[in-house]
Amino acid sequence: MWSWVAHRVTGVLIFFFLFVHVLDTALVRVSPEAYDEVVATYKTPLVALLEYGLVAAILFHALNGLRVIAVDFWSKGTRYQKQMLWAVVGVWVVLMIGALYPVLGHAAAEVFGS
Amino acid sequence: MSNNTVKTDTAASGIGPVEGDSLYSVDNPAPVIEPPRQRTKKTPRSTRGNFELYAWLFMRLSGVVLVVLVIGHLVVQLVLDGGVQKIGFAFVAGRWASPFWQVWDLLMLWLAMLHGTIGLRTIINDYAERANTRVWLKGLLYTATVFTILLGTLVIFTFDPNIR
Repeated sequence: MWSWVAHRVTGVLIFFFLFVHVLDTALVRVSPEAYDEVVATYKTPLVALLEYGLVAAILFHALNGLRVIAVDFWSKGTRYQKQMLWAVVGVWVVLMIGALYPVLGHAAAEVFGS
Repeated sequence: MSNNTVKTDTAASGIGPVEGDSLYSVDNPAPVIEPPRQRTKKTPRSTRGNFELYAWLFMRLSGVVLVVLVIGHLVVQLVLDGGVQKIGFAFVAGRWASPFWQVWDLLMLWLAMLHGTIGLRTIINDYAERANTRVWLKGLLYTATVFTILLGTLVIFTFDPNIR
Protein backbone atom coordinates (compact mmCIF):
# COMPACT_ATOMS: atom_id res chain seq x y z
CA MET A 1 0.00 0.00 0.00
CA TRP A 2 2.68 2.54 1.01
CA SER A 3 4.97 1.41 -1.81
CA TRP A 4 2.05 2.11 -4.15
CA VAL A 5 1.59 5.62 -2.70
CA ALA A 6 5.34 6.29 -2.90
CA HIS A 7 5.39 5.06 -6.50
CA ARG A 8 2.69 7.60 -7.44
CA VAL A 9 4.25 10.50 -5.54
CA THR A 10 7.75 9.89 -6.96
CA GLY A 11 6.28 9.40 -10.47
CA VAL A 12 4.51 12.79 -10.38
CA LEU A 13 7.61 14.55 -9.01
CA ILE A 14 9.86 13.07 -11.71
CA PHE A 15 7.35 13.97 -14.44
CA PHE A 16 7.19 17.62 -13.34
CA PHE A 17 10.99 17.80 -13.24
CA LEU A 18 11.05 16.33 -16.76
CA PHE A 19 9.05 19.30 -18.10
CA VAL A 20 11.46 21.76 -16.50
CA HIS A 21 14.46 19.75 -17.68
CA VAL A 22 13.34 19.73 -21.34
CA LEU A 23 12.75 23.49 -21.13
CA ASP A 24 16.17 24.24 -19.60
CA THR A 25 17.90 22.02 -22.17
CA ALA A 26 16.01 23.81 -24.96
CA LEU A 27 18.03 26.93 -24.04
CA VAL A 28 20.96 25.45 -26.03
CA ARG A 29 18.97 26.65 -29.07
CA VAL A 30 18.87 30.19 -27.66
CA SER A 31 22.52 30.81 -26.86
CA PRO A 32 25.44 29.12 -25.04
CA GLU A 33 25.35 31.94 -22.45
CA ALA A 34 21.65 31.47 -21.66
CA TYR A 35 22.16 27.72 -21.21
CA ASP A 36 25.29 28.04 -19.07
CA GLU A 37 23.62 30.66 -16.89
CA VAL A 38 20.65 28.42 -16.06
CA VAL A 39 22.81 25.31 -15.63
CA ALA A 40 24.92 27.33 -13.14
CA THR A 41 21.93 27.28 -10.76
CA TYR A 42 22.03 23.45 -10.91
CA LYS A 43 25.54 23.64 -9.47
CA THR A 44 24.61 25.58 -6.31
CA PRO A 45 24.53 23.68 -2.98
CA LEU A 46 20.77 24.11 -2.47
CA VAL A 47 19.88 22.73 -5.91
CA ALA A 48 22.45 19.94 -5.43
CA LEU A 49 20.38 18.88 -2.41
CA LEU A 50 17.24 18.91 -4.60
CA GLU A 51 19.14 16.84 -7.18
CA TYR A 52 19.90 14.30 -4.47
CA GLY A 53 16.17 14.17 -3.75
CA LEU A 54 15.48 13.72 -7.47
CA VAL A 55 17.97 10.83 -7.61
CA ALA A 56 16.22 9.32 -4.56
CA ALA A 57 12.82 9.55 -6.29
CA ILE A 58 14.11 8.14 -9.60
CA LEU A 59 15.94 5.21 -7.98
CA PHE A 60 12.93 4.25 -5.84
CA HIS A 61 10.55 4.54 -8.82
CA ALA A 62 12.91 2.44 -11.00
CA LEU A 63 13.51 -0.32 -8.43
CA ASN A 64 9.88 -0.51 -7.29
CA GLY A 65 8.78 -0.46 -10.95
CA LEU A 66 10.90 -3.54 -11.60
CA ARG A 67 9.21 -5.13 -8.56
CA VAL A 68 5.75 -4.31 -9.99
CA ILE A 69 6.77 -5.96 -13.27
CA ALA A 70 7.97 -9.04 -11.36
CA VAL A 71 4.66 -9.23 -9.46
CA ASP A 72 2.73 -8.94 -12.76
CA PHE A 73 4.73 -11.35 -14.94
CA TRP A 74 6.62 -13.75 -12.63
CA SER A 75 4.48 -16.69 -11.50
CA LYS A 76 5.86 -16.49 -7.95
CA GLY A 77 5.84 -12.67 -7.94
CA THR A 78 2.88 -12.20 -5.58
CA ARG A 79 4.28 -14.75 -3.12
CA TYR A 80 7.60 -12.92 -2.83
CA GLN A 81 6.31 -9.33 -3.18
CA LYS A 82 7.18 -8.49 0.45
CA GLN A 83 10.71 -9.88 0.20
CA MET A 84 11.12 -7.97 -3.08
CA LEU A 85 10.01 -4.75 -1.35
CA TRP A 86 12.78 -5.23 1.24
CA ALA A 87 15.23 -5.90 -1.58
CA VAL A 88 14.10 -2.64 -3.25
CA VAL A 89 14.61 -0.70 0.00
CA GLY A 90 18.00 -2.39 0.58
CA VAL A 91 19.37 -1.69 -2.92
CA TRP A 92 17.95 1.85 -2.74
CA VAL A 93 19.78 2.58 0.54
CA VAL A 94 23.06 1.23 -0.89
CA LEU A 95 22.73 3.29 -4.09
CA MET A 96 21.77 6.43 -2.14
CA ILE A 97 24.89 6.07 0.02
CA GLY A 98 26.89 5.59 -3.18
CA ALA A 99 25.36 8.75 -4.68
CA LEU A 100 26.21 10.87 -1.61
CA TYR A 101 29.71 11.86 -2.71
CA PRO A 102 29.15 12.25 -6.51
CA VAL A 103 26.00 14.37 -6.09
CA LEU A 104 26.67 16.25 -2.83
CA GLY A 105 30.47 16.21 -2.59
CA HIS A 106 31.04 19.50 -4.38
CA ALA A 107 28.20 21.23 -2.50
CA ALA A 108 29.53 19.99 0.85
CA ALA A 109 33.01 21.29 -0.01
CA GLU A 110 31.50 24.65 -0.92
CA VAL A 111 29.36 24.96 2.21
CA PHE A 112 31.78 23.54 4.80
CA GLY A 113 35.05 24.44 3.05
CA SER A 114 37.57 21.88 1.94
CA MET B 1 -34.70 -47.21 1.20
CA SER B 2 -33.28 -44.15 2.95
CA ASN B 3 -30.29 -44.23 0.57
CA ASN B 4 -32.73 -43.99 -2.33
CA THR B 5 -34.43 -40.83 -1.04
CA VAL B 6 -31.08 -39.10 -0.50
CA LYS B 7 -30.17 -39.83 -4.12
CA THR B 8 -33.35 -38.28 -5.54
CA ASP B 9 -32.95 -35.25 -3.26
CA THR B 10 -29.43 -34.47 -4.44
CA ALA B 11 -30.32 -35.13 -8.04
CA ALA B 12 -33.08 -32.56 -7.77
CA SER B 13 -30.64 -29.91 -6.51
CA GLY B 14 -28.23 -30.73 -9.33
CA ILE B 15 -25.43 -32.11 -7.14
CA GLY B 16 -24.23 -35.67 -7.60
CA PRO B 17 -23.95 -38.02 -4.61
CA VAL B 18 -20.20 -38.33 -5.21
CA GLU B 19 -18.12 -35.19 -5.63
CA GLY B 20 -16.67 -34.88 -9.13
CA ASP B 21 -19.05 -37.51 -10.51
CA SER B 22 -20.95 -36.06 -13.47
CA LEU B 23 -24.72 -36.26 -13.34
CA TYR B 24 -24.95 -36.19 -17.11
CA SER B 25 -23.92 -38.58 -19.87
CA VAL B 26 -24.55 -39.08 -23.56
CA ASP B 27 -27.90 -40.68 -22.76
CA ASN B 28 -28.76 -38.07 -20.12
CA PRO B 29 -27.47 -34.73 -21.49
CA ALA B 30 -27.34 -31.55 -19.42
CA PRO B 31 -30.07 -29.00 -20.22
CA VAL B 32 -28.99 -26.24 -22.61
CA ILE B 33 -29.03 -22.80 -20.98
CA GLU B 34 -29.92 -20.02 -23.43
CA PRO B 35 -27.58 -16.98 -23.33
CA PRO B 36 -29.58 -14.04 -21.94
CA ARG B 37 -28.68 -11.82 -24.90
CA GLN B 38 -27.97 -13.26 -28.32
CA ARG B 39 -25.77 -11.30 -30.75
CA THR B 40 -27.60 -10.78 -34.02
CA LYS B 41 -26.70 -8.97 -37.21
CA LYS B 42 -28.46 -5.91 -35.81
CA THR B 43 -26.34 -5.83 -32.65
CA PRO B 44 -23.89 -2.91 -32.91
CA ARG B 45 -20.23 -3.87 -32.87
CA SER B 46 -18.36 -3.10 -29.70
CA THR B 47 -16.69 0.31 -29.92
CA ARG B 48 -14.32 -0.43 -27.05
CA GLY B 49 -10.75 -1.09 -28.16
CA ASN B 50 -7.89 -2.51 -26.18
CA PHE B 51 -6.38 0.87 -25.28
CA GLU B 52 -6.21 0.21 -21.54
CA LEU B 53 -4.43 -3.11 -22.10
CA TYR B 54 -1.88 -1.55 -24.45
CA ALA B 55 -1.33 1.35 -22.04
CA TRP B 56 -0.74 -1.10 -19.18
CA LEU B 57 1.71 -3.09 -21.29
CA PHE B 58 3.48 0.07 -22.51
CA MET B 59 4.11 1.17 -18.90
CA ARG B 60 5.94 -2.11 -18.18
CA LEU B 61 7.93 -2.29 -21.44
CA SER B 62 8.93 1.40 -21.46
CA GLY B 63 9.67 1.13 -17.74
CA VAL B 64 12.33 -1.54 -18.27
CA VAL B 65 13.97 0.46 -21.08
CA LEU B 66 13.80 3.69 -19.05
CA VAL B 67 15.56 2.08 -16.07
CA VAL B 68 18.59 1.55 -18.35
CA LEU B 69 18.35 4.91 -20.19
CA VAL B 70 17.70 7.12 -17.14
CA ILE B 71 20.21 5.48 -14.77
CA GLY B 72 22.82 5.62 -17.57
CA HIS B 73 21.93 9.30 -18.04
CA LEU B 74 22.35 9.98 -14.29
CA VAL B 75 25.73 8.22 -14.19
CA VAL B 76 27.02 10.21 -17.20
CA GLN B 77 25.64 13.60 -16.06
CA LEU B 78 25.95 13.44 -12.26
CA VAL B 79 28.68 10.91 -11.40
CA LEU B 80 31.36 10.61 -14.10
CA ASP B 81 33.98 13.25 -14.83
CA GLY B 82 33.24 15.79 -12.09
CA GLY B 83 29.48 15.30 -11.86
CA VAL B 84 27.11 18.20 -12.54
CA GLN B 85 29.99 20.73 -12.39
CA LYS B 86 31.23 19.75 -15.88
CA ILE B 87 27.88 20.40 -17.59
CA GLY B 88 27.65 23.38 -19.91
CA PHE B 89 27.07 24.23 -23.55
CA ALA B 90 30.44 22.74 -24.55
CA PHE B 91 29.64 19.45 -22.81
CA VAL B 92 26.24 19.19 -24.55
CA ALA B 93 27.85 20.00 -27.91
CA GLY B 94 30.44 17.24 -27.38
CA ARG B 95 27.85 14.65 -26.50
CA TRP B 96 25.38 15.48 -29.27
CA ALA B 97 28.18 15.29 -31.85
CA SER B 98 27.66 11.53 -31.53
CA PRO B 99 24.55 9.93 -33.07
CA PHE B 100 24.65 7.38 -30.24
CA TRP B 101 23.84 10.02 -27.60
CA GLN B 102 21.34 11.76 -29.92
CA VAL B 103 19.38 8.52 -30.26
CA TRP B 104 19.79 7.82 -26.52
CA ASP B 105 18.35 11.22 -25.55
CA LEU B 106 15.62 11.13 -28.20
CA LEU B 107 14.44 7.68 -27.07
CA MET B 108 14.62 8.73 -23.42
CA LEU B 109 12.61 11.91 -24.14
CA TRP B 110 9.81 10.09 -25.97
CA LEU B 111 9.55 7.10 -23.64
CA ALA B 112 9.77 9.18 -20.45
CA MET B 113 7.19 11.73 -21.65
CA LEU B 114 4.72 9.03 -22.76
CA HIS B 115 5.35 6.96 -19.60
CA GLY B 116 4.76 10.04 -17.43
CA THR B 117 1.69 11.12 -19.40
CA ILE B 118 0.00 7.72 -19.13
CA GLY B 119 0.91 7.63 -15.43
CA LEU B 120 -0.57 11.07 -14.77
CA ARG B 121 -3.65 10.15 -16.84
CA THR B 122 -4.23 7.21 -14.46
CA ILE B 123 -3.85 9.52 -11.45
CA ILE B 124 -6.29 12.07 -12.93
CA ASN B 125 -8.80 9.31 -13.66
CA ASP B 126 -8.43 8.07 -10.06
CA TYR B 127 -8.74 11.34 -8.14
CA ALA B 128 -10.67 13.87 -10.28
CA GLU B 129 -14.25 12.90 -9.50
CA ARG B 130 -16.16 15.28 -11.78
CA ALA B 131 -16.24 14.38 -15.48
CA ASN B 132 -15.59 18.00 -16.48
CA THR B 133 -12.53 18.25 -14.25
CA ARG B 134 -11.12 15.07 -15.77
CA VAL B 135 -11.61 16.36 -19.33
CA TRP B 136 -9.90 19.68 -18.57
CA LEU B 137 -6.99 18.20 -16.63
CA LYS B 138 -6.33 15.59 -19.32
CA GLY B 139 -6.62 18.21 -22.05
CA LEU B 140 -4.01 20.31 -20.24
CA LEU B 141 -1.82 17.24 -19.74
CA TYR B 142 -1.93 16.17 -23.40
CA THR B 143 -1.27 19.73 -24.60
CA ALA B 144 1.80 20.02 -22.35
CA THR B 145 2.99 16.57 -23.47
CA VAL B 146 2.73 17.30 -27.20
CA PHE B 147 4.45 20.68 -26.72
CA THR B 148 7.32 19.23 -24.67
CA ILE B 149 7.92 16.22 -26.93
CA LEU B 150 7.95 18.41 -30.06
CA LEU B 151 10.20 21.03 -28.45
CA GLY B 152 12.68 18.41 -27.18
CA THR B 153 12.77 16.57 -30.51
CA LEU B 154 13.32 19.82 -32.38
CA VAL B 155 16.18 20.80 -30.06
CA ILE B 156 17.96 17.44 -30.51
CA PHE B 157 17.59 17.48 -34.31
CA THR B 158 18.41 21.15 -34.92
CA PHE B 159 21.20 21.54 -32.35
CA ASP B 160 23.95 23.78 -33.74
CA PRO B 161 27.33 23.73 -31.91
CA ASN B 162 28.39 26.89 -33.79
CA ILE B 163 25.34 28.90 -32.82
CA ARG B 164 27.62 31.72 -31.61
